[in-house]
Parts: sequence; C-alpha cells; structure tokens
Amino acid sequence: MSNAVSALQGAVAPGEVTVREGGLQGMITLRGDLSNAKLKSVCKAVTGAAFPKMGQATMSGDNALAWMSPDEMLILVPHADTADAIAKIDKALKGQHYLAENLSDARALIFVEGTYSREVMAKAAPVDLHPSTFQPGDFRRTRLGQVAAAFWMKDDDTFAIICFRSVADYTFKLLAAAAKGGAVGHF
Amino acid sequence: MLTLNCPYCGVDADETDLHGEGEAHLKRHGPGSSDDEFHDYLFQRQNPKGVHFERWRHIYGCGKFFHAARCTATLQVFGTYSAQTLEPPQAIKDTITAARPGWSWGDFS
Repeated sequence: MSNAVSALQGAVAPGEVTVREGGLQGMITLRGDLSNAKLKSVCKAVTGAAFPKMGQATMSGDNALAWMSPDEMLILVPHADTADAIAKIDKALKGQHYLAENLSDARALIFVEGTYSREVMAKAAPVDLHPSTFQPGDFRRTRLGQVAAAFWMKDDDTFAIICFRSVADYTFKLLAAAAKGGAVGHF
Repeated sequence: MLTLNCPYCGVDADETDLHGEGEAHLKRHGPGSSDDEFHDYLFQRQNPKGVHFERWRHIYGCGKFFHAARCTATLQVFGTYSAQTLEPPQAIKDTITAARPGWSWGDFS
C-alpha cells in the first residue's frame, strides 16, 4: 500500500494565533437514518463519543462525531483505524439502507489555536461566532473565504477545521493571513 | 444581506451560504401534458412586488432544499419551512397575513 501523506504535510504558521495542519486524520462519512438505534450505537462504539444532537460535535480524545446534515454523520477516528471502523459499521448496519465511505484522504484537517482564534475564524466565515452563540461542542458547515469548510471548537481557544484536500493550501493561507492580521477586539 | 434560518439544520445562514433555487410550489407538467402547460411550467414565473415564495438550498451547509416566504420589496422574511410540502404551513400564512393583510400568491392567500 502507498504511504499516506496529509495535504500540507504538517505545515505550521506560528504566531500569537497559530495555524497548524492536523496531519493524517481518519474520516468516515456515514449517511443513513440518524434516528436508527443501531446506527447510533455503532457510532458510539467506534469513537467512544456520545451521539451528537443537531448542529453539534462530540469528542472523545482525538475521536469525534459531527452532525453534518439530517442524514449524514462525520466520524473521526485515527487514520490507521479507518478500515476497521468501516468494517464494524458494515457489520452493524448489514441489510439496512446506509452508506459508509472512507474520505480521509479527500480532506484536510487544520487547527487554529490561540487567544483570538475566534476572531480569526470570524474574519473568514459568515457565521455569528460570538461566545453566546458558538461554543465548544457546536459544529458548523459553512464557507471559509471562497471554499466549503466545516469547523468546531475543541476548547475555548482552539478551532478544528475540515476542508477538501484540493483547497487545503488556500484555506491554510487564508487562516494564516487572518491570524497574522491580529485581533480585532470585537468579541 | 439576506439571512434565512435553515429548517433542516437550524442555523441562521447568510445569503452567501445559500443558493437561490427559484420559485417555490411549482406544479410539474411532464409527459402527457399539453404544450401550453409544459411551456408555462418551464418558463412562466411569478415576479411579484411583495409576498413571494422561493426555494433555497443550504449549499455550503447541510445541502438540503427548503422553502422561504419573504417580501421582495422590503426583504422582510416571514419564515422558512420544509420542502416536503405542497403548500406553506398555516403558521407562515398567519405571519404573512399579520404583516400584509389581503396578500395573495398563486393559489395561496
């Protein structure tokens, strides 16, 4: 098997707010009936995270579950465990209408870390990121600059961003430029 | 700037997160219909000043189509609702009636 490399191979733009590529991350798109008890339990079994509500992401260590749409769940597991996780899902949902696909290498993971990371994100996304409306646990699919992206907060100062691999460089540079521009002092 | 609440994922989506998908509640005329019906289905659209019903797609978000009721003159949004319906829910109609008494649009009023 070929040697997997992440889109930006761990690029880092250091600063008061650091933009860092997250490296290889296993990502599984699971489409199906999210109210299905078997689907819920296999999601929990594979990640160890609780099943998220609408618009939420739940984490367990580096694993996560993210609510993408009314019929789509994003499952984050270690890159090397992706095939095993899909096998478990296939076994649990056998005979049902669903789709589980390994999209790890189609996407990139980027972190924005630092005191004003909230403002860096708000510069690029048309989303109300005020602390009263967006908190760790919330998950949002939207755009960053000109490209589609999804993000959530790992903690008060850290955002995790997922975008398509083909636009990883653009997204990274956009966020790095926004971070370099400094704090706005709005939030 | 238009901000619509997506009924499928509950977020207030900015216009740039969305894609306009034309008039809502079109009745499809396909095989077996007359040429006039098919022509009107393809080309005839309402262009009201005031209350209007539209289809939108949350294209950068959940990807779902939904319906929105809004005023084309003031950009006031009366509400958004599921696309799995043949007519606007009564609550939306009531909101419009409160703001624009005597309104009508297509077969709705």
